[in-house]
Amino acid sequence: MKVTLKVWRQKSRNTPGEFKTYESPALNPNMSFLEMLDVVNEELANRGEEPIAFDHDCREGICGTCSLVIDGKPHGPHQGVATCQTYMRSFKNGDEIVVEPFRARAFPLVKDLVVDRKALDRIQHAGGFISVRTGSAPDANNILVPKENADLAMDAAQCIGCGACVAACKNASAMLFVAAKVSHLGLLPQGQPERHRRVKAMVDQMDAEGFGGCTVTGSCEAVCPKEISLDFIARMNRDYAAALIRGEPKPIAGSGAG
Amino acid sequence: MATLNSNIPAGPLAQKWEHHKFSTKLINPANKRKYKIIVVGAGLAGSSAAATLAELGYEVHNFVFHDSPRRAHSVAAQGGINAAKNYQNDGDSVHRLFYDTIKGGDFRAREANVHRLAEVSVNIIDQCAAQGVPFAREYGGLLDNRSFGGAQVSRTFYARGQTGQQLLLGAYSALCRNIANGGVKSHTHAEMLDLVVVDGHAKGIIVRNLQTGEITRHNADAVVLATGGYGNAYNLSTYARGSNATAIWRAYKRGACFGNPCYTQIHPTCIPVSGDYQSKLTLMSESLRNDGRVWVPKKKDDCKRNPADIAESDRDYYLERMYPAFGNLAPRDIASRAAKVVCDEGRGIGETGLGVYLDFADAIKRLGEGKVRERYGNLFAMYHEITNEDAYQTPMRIYPAMHYTMGGLWVDYNLMSNLPGLFVLGEANFSDHGANRLGASALMQGLADGYFVLPATISGYLATQKPDKRPATDNAAFKQAEESVQTITKRLLNNKGSRTPASFHKALGKLIWEHCGMARTKAGLERGIKLIGELREQYWKHVKVAGEAGEWNQSLENAGRVADFMELGELLCRDALHREESCGGHFREEYQYTKNDAEVQQGLVNPGDVKRRDDVFAYVAAWEYAGEGKAPVLNKEPLVYEEVKMSTRSYK
Ligand SMILES: Cc1cc2nc3c(=O)[nH]c(=O)nc-3n(C[C@H](O)[C@H](O)[C@H](O)COP(=O)(O)OP(=O)(O)OC[C@H]3O[C@@H](n4cnc5c(N)ncnc54)[C@H](O)[C@@H]3O)c2cc1C
Ligand code: FES
Repeated sequence: MKVTLKVWRQKSRNTPGEFKTYESPALNPNMSFLEMLDVVNEELANRGEEPIAFDHDCREGICGTCSLVIDGKPHGPHQGVATCQTYMRSFKNGDEIVVEPFRARAFPLVKDLVVDRKALDRIQHAGGFISVRTGSAPDANNILVPKENADLAMDAAQCIGCGACVAACKNASAMLFVAAKVSHLGLLPQGQPERHRRVKAMVDQMDAEGFGGCTVTGSCEAVCPKEISLDFIARMNRDYAAALIRGEPKPIAGSGAG
Repeated sequence: MATLNSNIPAGPLAQKWEHHKFSTKLINPANKRKYKIIVVGAGLAGSSAAATLAELGYEVHNFVFHDSPRRAHSVAAQGGINAAKNYQNDGDSVHRLFYDTIKGGDFRAREANVHRLAEVSVNIIDQCAAQGVPFAREYGGLLDNRSFGGAQVSRTFYARGQTGQQLLLGAYSALCRNIANGGVKSHTHAEMLDLVVVDGHAKGIIVRNLQTGEITRHNADAVVLATGGYGNAYNLSTYARGSNATAIWRAYKRGACFGNPCYTQIHPTCIPVSGDYQSKLTLMSESLRNDGRVWVPKKKDDCKRNPADIAESDRDYYLERMYPAFGNLAPRDIASRAAKVVCDEGRGIGETGLGVYLDFADAIKRLGEGKVRERYGNLFAMYHEITNEDAYQTPMRIYPAMHYTMGGLWVDYNLMSNLPGLFVLGEANFSDHGANRLGASALMQGLADGYFVLPATISGYLATQKPDKRPATDNAAFKQAEESVQTITKRLLNNKGSRTPASFHKALGKLIWEHCGMARTKAGLERGIKLIGELREQYWKHVKVAGEAGEWNQSLENAGRVADFMELGELLCRDALHREESCGGHFREEYQYTKNDAEVQQGLVNPGDVKRRDDVFAYVAAWEYAGEGKAPVLNKEPLVYEEVKMSTRSYK
């Protein structure tokens, strides 16, 4: 099979970009989408043209590095898979395929199809953790976690941090990403002490990074490679409301080193 | 010659670590912040180390080539992590985990290191559970376990098929907390391209910013490398595409010894190669061998038939037949070689004939499809995406693939290299797995090194260094290292060649796989060394790198990494050539059991099993760089076994 690619090319953040059209060489339908790009890039390089920059690493749907919008959809045509798990058999001979980067104000472009998603890390820095020093943990089986909670926490914890939810959202909101972390930790007994502080800090940082608000269109859930559920956003909203009612956490009198 | 002192503490094995921690010098709390430590890498080993060192009060700088620490290749580990908790009450203990690991490594690891690993394994699980790692649970709320190859107890903790991801996110969360409170400065998209050595001590690194191309110098009192394994030298592997050996290789060229490079692990259960365009091989977790049964047809003529039409009596469940005690859970090196043997006999399945079946029909009958789905659902889904086949209906096709490297930079008991001030953790060092690693033990080692070992040992070195006295970055050694990096970059970009780095990487991978893969011979290795040398010459003549230095340039990144793999590939073959024995993942055809050997007649091993030569080769081979174009120098660290008797490794 062969396809025609319309690819976003942009040398750097400060130079204008444009779509360029490339004809693929003969392809095997069992190739992954990224292997198809590898093959196209080898051709470009051999012709003396600059290869298309795109992000990737694990190529098995777990690291969250790959980040393409394929025919208008982050991570391409299929539900529940990342770009790297998209195979050419999902396309037909002669198809024209449009390939763009994940676009959002909070994701500045680096080159061609590569964007900078460090804003997501900064949200995690704000509170995406349980404060436990190395060496200070009790025996693991002293903390009982009902299987249902552990399973639900795992459903949320699977987030690969790719940012497809942001790219799909018309408001470029990162609510699903934040909700996944907040729910994962909030569902576990270990996560209770910092539960309200965490949700407030993370949501505030999300706003500060320039991500938009959530209007519950569900486009994030639809493109999430790990099919993380919108229910987690509802869960986070409840926690956030509770955190606002409780106000800033106050230290208990007399605590701390004397 | 390098001086190799393993610094294994004296005293009874089980008390070495306790004693050593007590006798290691501490740094007083007020002085800790005066020491700056560079940690390169944020996989399980790097992020756990960086977070813990910052908690102790050191000034930590963390560097990763990824855009975020959370993307380190550890994220891809599927199956689980071992720990001697004995929660299942099935007879596990620190000693049993120690023994299984020593035996699994075919008696080529250091006893003291492995014992320490088994000891701290229990703390790892506690630490991770407290961080909120959502391990699998039983209905009562307790932690669940599964079994893994090379063990007869259930000691593996897991989080569905995404254990590495969850452990990494746990360590990343600890890192985030310490970034937020200022303990760690995180440098991302920052690739270390050289180690700076001042007066024989590691005192800094040279880094390229992958977004801007800017080259910067960074000084420190100690440098920690946790940069992962070098398996991508084989090009096709289960590693992420970005995994590379540049950090450890350039440290090697600055004087750090490379331990046992030929100990590489070929994993038995990966999806077979389908075409020349292939960029990576996907692992199907070893945990599948708990319930899946491995077989090939007994008759060559059946190989192309639909497996459903092959009668039970015409199937050869060869692992169950050859290794009845461990069956499908035989260790990786053994299971991989057995697959190669049956395929070489012409009984392999699939289009290429390089494949065997992993069949779940019995498990589905016994447990029901629901239970199988619950245990392995995501793996079956992954298999389906890649092959378009439904493994609930028809057996999976699998074949061995390059997966892990036991070798790595040589380190002593303190995880310090022969270059003082350079520490090496995780898959990047050679320390704990001998000639073969057991499943679910790499995650354990990475976290042991990062959370518990290095934070306790590094003070021993720092105490010998005056606080606030590290060399400044205008020191001549920094200047020289930066120039050396710039020279390589210029040479690559200015080369007027015609072939891409990727095409060379493919060629190199094929050479190494063919000459230094699952079965190695003297003649093959000699030929491999010659051909790799020729390819390297071609590389520098004909490589063509697109783009410029001062921008995001994946061609350039890749070109540097491939250049290092070219050199490392040769060392790999040299080491394999010099080791005239078979052990673990290193199989030399000349050294295998035959039906005339007593061990075979006693029923301990099968003909074709690996044959060690303890009288000659019970040592660690630590290779030392001798300069461009010169043969590397071999240093030997004898392996002294005080507790265990080196014996024939039997899984029958
Ligand atoms: C598919 C797969 C499944 C696996 N499953 C299991 C399992 O179930 N159980 C188990 O125990 N083990 C498993 N393993 C092995 C295990 O995952 C790895 O050995 C382990 O995670 C390695 O961790 P690490 O911290 O040493 O390195 P990595 O996780 O590879 O991290 C390397 C880090 O170094 C950085 N880095 C590298 N080079 C540079 C440089 N030059 N400059 C700056 N930064 C650099 C990277 O950015 C990254 O942060 C699996 C491996 C694979 C491939
Ligand atoms: S490349 Fe890792 S998720 Fe796609």
